[in-house]
Amino acid sequence: MQMKKESQYYRRHWLKQVQGLGLLAMGFCMNPLNVFAKKEDADEAIQKITGGAAVKEGKVTLTIPPLVENGNLVVLKVSVDSPMTANDYVKTIHVIAEGNPLPNIFTVYLTPRSGTANITTRVRLADSQTVWAIAQMSNGSFWKGSADTLVTLSACTEMV
Amino acid sequence: MNRLTTFSLGGIYLILVNLINIGMAEAAQTLQQSSYDLMSAENKAMQDDSSLNPAMFWVGDGETLWQQKLGPLNKSCNTCHGDAKKTMRGTATQFPKVIKGKLQTLEGQINQCRVSAQSAPALAYESKDLLALTAFIAFQSKGLPITVSENSVNAPFMKKGRQIFNERMGQLNLSCAQCHEDRAGLKLGGSLIPQGHPNAYPIYRLEWQTLGSLQRRLRNCMSGVRAQQFEYGSSEMAQLELFLMSRAKGLPLESPGVRP
Amino acid sequence: MSKTSRTSITMPTTAKKDSIIEIRAIAQHDMESGFRYTESGKLIPRDIIRTFTCTYNNIEVFKADFYSGIGANPLIIFTTVAVESGILEFKWIGDDGYEAVNQARITVS
Repeated sequence: MQMKKESQYYRRHWLKQVQGLGLLAMGFCMNPLNVFAKKEDADEAIQKITGGAAVKEGKVTLTIPPLVENGNLVVLKVSVDSPMTANDYVKTIHVIAEGNPLPNIFTVYLTPRSGTANITTRVRLADSQTVWAIAQMSNGSFWKGSADTLVTLSACTEMV
Repeated sequence: MNRLTTFSLGGIYLILVNLINIGMAEAAQTLQQSSYDLMSAENKAMQDDSSLNPAMFWVGDGETLWQQKLGPLNKSCNTCHGDAKKTMRGTATQFPKVIKGKLQTLEGQINQCRVSAQSAPALAYESKDLLALTAFIAFQSKGLPITVSENSVNAPFMKKGRQIFNERMGQLNLSCAQCHEDRAGLKLGGSLIPQGHPNAYPIYRLEWQTLGSLQRRLRNCMSGVRAQQFEYGSSEMAQLELFLMSRAKGLPLESPGVRP
Repeated sequence: MSKTSRTSITMPTTAKKDSIIEIRAIAQHDMESGFRYTESGKLIPRDIIRTFTCTYNNIEVFKADFYSGIGANPLIIFTTVAVESGILEFKWIGDDGYEAVNQARITVS
């Protein structure tokens, strides 16, 4: 009698744990953006660029409109604080999106003849997200900056 | 309070209310607003600066097409119309208009010219070439006010166009007027509802990632309310365009515009 | 068969020596991302411009790698130092044999 009650208790306990795990799994799947996967891709892309080296926050300013009317064409400005002399200039700037199907958006290669490390382009943003700019200086150091944006959808499109 | 005072006060009240209503009605009529005003600073800059506006590529293509000799008589637009900068100035502000009994949109007239004057095949709606020619011609009227208004010749078409605008349609059973007259300035989802003036067409719509015509945009509206879309080049499209342009009378043409 | 398209360069025609000039370069290109599907569910293959380079009297002074996240009709605005008079050449290279070239002359005093 006693043993039956104990095994029933353990079975109930185990079922509760499975239930909890199920809810957790469901919660993950129901995450509307499934952002975790894309952020990992973004982190991996950044790792590839830096080779695991330390990345300092600062010097890099990324400007995107905080509210975007249409994610198909968003003006993006990146500006890195640097004297751009032969001894101290920005070598590369990489822009990585956390919420796009492919994290890398673009890379620019600069020289002391660039004059400034100011770049403007127009990018596609698949969703509201954080975008990163990673700059590598001539001395090998890495610096980063980011911007958050909300992307809204157009009304009345072709998709029925 | 005696009767005289009551009547006097009542009278004054009625006069005041009427004055306010007249004032408001007049104000409402002159309060046309281009959807340009609803755009972000970045998108406005994209439209205003020709070094940033992607639509300028189509204008360049149109300029080339204007010179292209076609058909058995080896005629180009230039052959009859000469320098578009001079001859096409103001043209786009006048369309749609009735020509030889038929209500023509600008695209329709371009095709009419191709078929009858150049003996060349008509261009398909939304084709690169038709968009380029439309953009090039419309560009010659940039900044000029829309001049389309009701007259004795276009009256029957205008009536039909007005009807289409005010008639409920689609599974959502909405009329153009319900959103673009009654609710202009309010929000649909995350977007502000514009008054829906066709003063910037053809537009580089960010949603399309390319240049498109007014008729393409109207078809988007109709799919938005789950209605059967009017066909490209149909008489219903021309009638609706006519009404929309007359409703936008006075607004300067922004073509080629940028819109989200 | 190589394909090409219109491009447009906006930059000053004259500049003071060693001043910094702004260059705007835009190409007409759909930049098909490779993440879109047709109505029947078929994946539309990627077809984008992949690199943009700027040479100044034959010396490369700027390069950009574009990925699918760059918007259609790609624009890039960058700066360079006006070191001497000469020709700036701009080249866009992309998928499916795409190549476009443009040039601009600058007089530096």
